[in-house]
Amino acid sequence: MLARFIILALVTVIGAIGALSLRNLIHCALSVTVAFAGLAALYLQLDSQFVGFAQILVYIGAVAILIVFAVLLTRGSEAPEQSILSSSWLKGIAVALAVFGVLAGTIVRSSLTHASLPTAPEFSIRQLGEQLMTKDLLPLEVIGLLLTAALIGAVIIAMHDKEAK
Amino acid sequence: MLGEGIIKGMVETARNFAGSFVDEDRLTTVQYPEERLPQKEAARNFPFLVYDGKDPEAGLRCVACQICEKECPPQCIYITKSKDRKPDHAGKPQFFPAVFDIDVSVCMSCQICVEVCPFDAIKMDTEFELSTDDRFGDLLQHKEDLARPNTYFQKLHPTDAAESDARLAAERAKAEAKQKADAEAKAKAAAVPKPSPAQVSNVVPALAK
Amino acid sequence: MDQLPITFKHWLVEFAPAEYQPLVSAIISTAAIIGVFASLFALTTVLERKGLGRIQNRYGPNRVGPFGFFQPIADGVKALIKEDIVPRAADNLVHFMAPLVLVAPVFLALAVIPMGRNLVALDMGGGVLFFFAVGAATELSVFMAGWSSRNKYSLLGAMRAIAQMISYEVPLIISSVSVIMIAGSLSTVRIVEAQAGYDGGLPHWFVLTPWGLAGFFLFMIAAAAESNRSPFDLPEGESEIIAGYYIEYSGFKFALFFLGEYIGMFAVSGMAITLFLGGWHAPFEFLTWVPSYIWFFGKLLTLIAVFIWVRGTLPRLRMDQLMNFAWKFMLPMALINLLTAGIWHLLGPGFSRWLICSILVLGPYWILGRALFQAKNVGKRIYQYAE
Repeated sequence: MLARFIILALVTVIGAIGALSLRNLIHCALSVTVAFAGLAALYLQLDSQFVGFAQILVYIGAVAILIVFAVLLTRGSEAPEQSILSSSWLKGIAVALAVFGVLAGTIVRSSLTHASLPTAPEFSIRQLGEQLMTKDLLPLEVIGLLLTAALIGAVIIAMHDKEAK
Repeated sequence: MLGEGIIKGMVETARNFAGSFVDEDRLTTVQYPEERLPQKEAARNFPFLVYDGKDPEAGLRCVACQICEKECPPQCIYITKSKDRKPDHAGKPQFFPAVFDIDVSVCMSCQICVEVCPFDAIKMDTEFELSTDDRFGDLLQHKEDLARPNTYFQKLHPTDAAESDARLAAERAKAEAKQKADAEAKAKAAAVPKPSPAQVSNVVPALAK
Repeated sequence: MDQLPITFKHWLVEFAPAEYQPLVSAIISTAAIIGVFASLFALTTVLERKGLGRIQNRYGPNRVGPFGFFQPIADGVKALIKEDIVPRAADNLVHFMAPLVLVAPVFLALAVIPMGRNLVALDMGGGVLFFFAVGAATELSVFMAGWSSRNKYSLLGAMRAIAQMISYEVPLIISSVSVIMIAGSLSTVRIVEAQAGYDGGLPHWFVLTPWGLAGFFLFMIAAAAESNRSPFDLPEGESEIIAGYYIEYSGFKFALFFLGEYIGMFAVSGMAITLFLGGWHAPFEFLTWVPSYIWFFGKLLTLIAVFIWVRGTLPRLRMDQLMNFAWKFMLPMALINLLTAGIWHLLGPGFSRWLICSILVLGPYWILGRALFQAKNVGKRIYQYAE
């Protein structure tokens, strides 16, 4: 159980570090995809099938492709000339370590680790659907409106380019 | 725009598919080399020499006139005339080719040699599977390889063969008629009684004066 | 007879020690799926070539083996012994990983399809969602293949392929949502069970309802577009862009792309059978004695034959025609289909729901078809010069 978690966590973290530090932008995009896959596997390990598969479907199937298209359509195909690490990397690492220390200390000292773990709820996709359709209907509709607005905006931007020609 | 064109197209392809098992028209492939398409009558690829009768040496129509050698555009025919003569189809003694070689790699199948031959001796064959793996020797075909009987020519190009047979038969008939006329004339000359020496001597002094 | 594969597998699993039995069972299922579908792939390549040949008035391959059926062996040997050329400027790791990232998810997608009674590798609560999630992961491999070759045409082909696959995923998923709505579950096993039962001779398959028929056609068209299959094979059209995103692949990697495409076709046909054609159920009541996996594979072979038939009939769609078809025709029809499925469920059994749902499906089809055709102004060509 622990071994599984450690392996998946390592995959995710290595993917995330790779996304930060690789030279080639496309390699970065692909390694952030590896991080998404690691996250999806973590969700599946926690027995939440819907979130795990939705993570794969949305993040790997759409968001990663979007990132890659964005990189390609701008200028990311050439390898960068300057170094990845900035000149003040030591100060950056010090700040990051300090933030990590504060967060870790807060979590360890809080009641989350001392309270007994509640039993995992028996959760099915049916319950998720019923919840979305009854109690959380308004947020669902608002998200739908938001996505429609985004779609219309994208179409208008694309059409505008064509008319300008 | 409702997809009826697609349905019609799919019906047609289905008919093609099903029909290809039963109908000849829907499966037009000829699986060479197991099956071969029959050649058309006027097809031509490489020349051959015609001989009448059974013996390729005696019945060869070619008289080594060397017209085809001179007319051949890439000059792929090599003829050497013989020293002696042999009788041809009409009985007249003719030369014959001692060496008659055609180079397969040079011949361009233009049929000029056939068109200029006055003796119907060289005709076009439809055989195209002439490839060998010896680049230098095997591509030169000699008289023995080139000679084919007249029956082969008749099977290959029936109308041309009929035409040339008719012409040769006519020539032969004319030659025979001439021979018969000559023989008759000679026989008549032999049958007429010879004039006596007295009559001859009477005539001569009259003429001499 | 029907449960023969299951009993055989249980007998094999008995040989393993007790704590490894689930692992051994999983390995046996995986090996069986890979074995069956890889040989089906081999058979399909030769059947497709022979079928296309017959449609085009010629023989297909008929030299290797009886009637040419050993041709896949010859193809496999050729693919294995070909030199594996990788362009010098290519990104080696990404170039190598692209075929693997294609083949792994499509085999994963086969795991949730019930191939017979109790013959599912993975019975999950969210089977259909898993299937579509895994299908979305294949687009990434298309991009990796196209980009890593460092070839303009390869990249262009990859962009077009991804645009096509994303566009056609939307009608694919929406037309399957109508089935999920009626069956009430995302699990493939439950969806097949919802199509059991016979009604006066005819089975309860979803394809025999108005919305099911429309949904089935939409799903099949979107499936052909998802697996880059003619007439949607512009990304890999040989006369347009010379194999598109897999130009720079040779030998075994190309064979892996080919394998991935065909297994994708099988997987999505299998899902169509599960969703619309009643899975492993027999079409008529008196035929239920035939084993269930025979029915599944029979239906699968029929769908593959339809794919081959359509490939031999239709010319390739151009890129803009493809995208217009997806967004302007198929998406509205899929949404209307969803609405129709809901109305069907709410109206209750009877003749009225047949009439209303048929009109609701056929009406927009006719209207959209005519409107889209007239919107194309196929008049005189206007030339505009660049400024």
